[in-house]
Amino acid sequence: MTEITAPHPSGLTLPAIVLSADGEDAWGPLTPCDDPFALDPDEIARRVLDAGIVGLGGAAFPSAVKLGGARKAGVHTLIINGGECEPYLSCDDRQMRDDAAQIVDGIVLMLRATGAGTARVGIEDNKPEAIAAMRAAAAVQPAVQVCPVPARYPMGSEKQLIGVLTGIEMPADGRPADIGVVVHNVGTARAVRAAVVEGKPLIARLVTLNGNCMKAPGNIEVRLGTLAEAVIAFAGGLKGEGVGLARRVLGGPMMGQQMPHWRVPVVKGTSGILALDADEVAAQAPDPCIRCGSCVQACPAGLLPLEMSARIRNDALAEAVDIGLKDCIACGCCAFVCPSRIPLVQYFVHAKGELAAQERARLRTDATRKLAEQKRERVERDKREKAEAAARRKAEREAREAAARPAATPAEGVSA
Amino acid sequence: MNPLALTDTPVASPHAHGGGSVGRTMRRVQLALVPATLFGFWLYGWPAFFLWSATIAACLGWEALCLRLAGARAVRATLWDGSAALTGWLLAMTLPPWAPWWIAVVGGFVAIVIGKQVFGGLGQNVFNPAMVARVALLVSFPVPMTTWVQPLSVMHAAAPDLLEGLRIFLGLHPVPDAITSATLLGHAKTELARGVDLFAVMGQGGDLVSWTGLRPGSLGESSTLLLAGGGLFLLLGGLISWQVPVAVLAGLAVPAGIAHAIDPGHYLAPEVHLLSGAAMLGAFFIATDYVSSPNTRAGQLIFGFAIGVLAWIIRSFGGYPEGVGFSVLLMNAMTPIIDRYVKPRILGRDRRGRPLDIPAREAS
Ligand code: SF4
Ligand code: SF4
Repeated sequence: MTEITAPHPSGLTLPAIVLSADGEDAWGPLTPCDDPFALDPDEIARRVLDAGIVGLGGAAFPSAVKLGGARKAGVHTLIINGGECEPYLSCDDRQMRDDAAQIVDGIVLMLRATGAGTARVGIEDNKPEAIAAMRAAAAVQPAVQVCPVPARYPMGSEKQLIGVLTGIEMPADGRPADIGVVVHNVGTARAVRAAVVEGKPLIARLVTLNGNCMKAPGNIEVRLGTLAEAVIAFAGGLKGEGVGLARRVLGGPMMGQQMPHWRVPVVKGTSGILALDADEVAAQAPDPCIRCGSCVQACPAGLLPLEMSARIRNDALAEAVDIGLKDCIACGCCAFVCPSRIPLVQYFVHAKGELAAQERARLRTDATRKLAEQKRERVERDKREKAEAAARRKAEREAREAAARPAATPAEGVSA
Repeated sequence: MNPLALTDTPVASPHAHGGGSVGRTMRRVQLALVPATLFGFWLYGWPAFFLWSATIAACLGWEALCLRLAGARAVRATLWDGSAALTGWLLAMTLPPWAPWWIAVVGGFVAIVIGKQVFGGLGQNVFNPAMVARVALLVSFPVPMTTWVQPLSVMHAAAPDLLEGLRIFLGLHPVPDAITSATLLGHAKTELARGVDLFAVMGQGGDLVSWTGLRPGSLGESSTLLLAGGGLFLLLGGLISWQVPVAVLAGLAVPAGIAHAIDPGHYLAPEVHLLSGAAMLGAFFIATDYVSSPNTRAGQLIFGFAIGVLAWIIRSFGGYPEGVGFSVLLMNAMTPIIDRYVKPRILGRDRRGRPLDIPAREAS
């Protein structure tokens, strides 16, 4: 057991085990499947679950749950996200070019598992090789359509991609299943095939190494848990031993997370390892907002980033929510275009965290209050019951006494 | 706790930036003003150049003073972000080209101190600082603010040379009566007030209207064409949206066109309105001011159109020959209200913020 920094900007540590490789690189006994396409949907989902597959686009939601849920909801369309969401990242592009056939197999298995009739693979139109490779691989599968989509960030975002591919605008608090679709990433499709056909668990993923400080940018298949440090060393290290390194990022430049150092493990959601120099980061002290409106025009969610950040600065979180904070997908477009370099997303992330904390605190006090109330009720009930019992006893006693007394004198009663 | 974790402050995404900056934005707007400004210098000679320099210097000076007094940390950086210089430049463009030095100093004070710093500095002001100054000057010092000169061009024999220009600028040398004149709008207004109708004032063809700008006017307003060109540069560079300028010009032209069609003897033709006074400067450079205009496209349309209409009303019925400054200020005051009611539709919600209905699913 050892301690490493979690792949999270908090820099918190978590316990980890150290595996030492014997260099053999041999698999243990696998359970391949001879006729994977005849498996029943539950069996596919079970194999996906056993293989530990989660969404490899970054959100890392358990895939088996999503497959099963989609089938229950009766989705008709499976959307495959080949729209590399972020600049700098190219692992999805690479996989589609190199492993198109495997991905298509995975898609067919996912179609079976979800019960959807068709699959649409959305690939940004600036990736002609990937489109061609996927088209060729999908030629024999009429249910799988490859659809070029405009290369406009954040095309890889679920709502945007669904909108472009189906023409349906997702309702604000709806889920894709509500409109009959489910979205998975190309990398996930590939992992599903490996799990179902070969019985291989998810132990590695493709990671993009990039950034001006990286000596040899590229895509590497990395075993999960490998420290970013080791991956970089394998790829030739950093230029000039890291002089000029301004920021370490796991994930993409738009939505990735800054790391305090490189001793962080690659996890299932790690799509990129970026070593950015000062020019790329362009970090500098923010100027006041000049209300230029660039952020408003840039926001794909139709929000008013400048207004939200102003409210958050004034601690008016409820007002920020009123004008749409919860609809923010943290895509980073607004901060990217802001000439004053205001860290808008930082405000939104902070505010959402703050709201979540408030919510937790509220639930806690609610729970305490409820307990206190229950206690008070119990005490009162006891008291009431005691009182009632006393009253009953008194009534009984009186009744008894009344019965014992000689019969009441009726004359008295009348005259009264 | 891992000690390594404390070496960097966590920074949220994105970890990349488009490269824009306030300074860059301001510099590009200034670049767009260069042709019209040079033309102004050529048209009105040395005094105009001195006035322009002095107005910018005054604005920078007042800004520096305010920042110093407010104890700002990055005085130099803020001073050179270009916003004060741009305010000064825009103000200079609206001044009579031979106005004396103290107009520049007082104007700079009003623009920067009253129009901007009192509200809290860059980004906080409700009104466009240059227009606040221009209107305040016009109301307080009507005489120097309406003493216009005939364009002489630097080449002209009667044009003041460097020294003479300096003396005019310093107020040591009064502007000779022979070269003072009225602007087109002012002339039309006085003649109308005297009961002369516009046919007599302008001649049938309206040939006083000229694209070349060779007529009396403010330093930077004369060259409609060069201003429109600069505006186009801003549009193409993505610094301004088309909504504001187009709406301003439409707001001016539409009522002007209607009124002129009904009574051409009393209402100037729409093209006269568009080509004179501060119409182009206002549409492309003043009304588009980020800070004091709405930040949604729809809001900008409303804002711009209202400025145009108000300017036409003031020009046609008000006491002043020019109305762009006043109408910009009026609409600046409306900006918060427009922004409050005109909002973009949030994705996945209807205009009132309720989630969209889940569309009915065809049975599958
Ligand atoms: S991060 Fe900015 S641009 Fe993206 S959704 Fe949120 S507010 Fe809009
Ligand atoms: S982009 Fe930046 S400066 Fe422009 S309005 Fe938005 S927050 Fe303000």
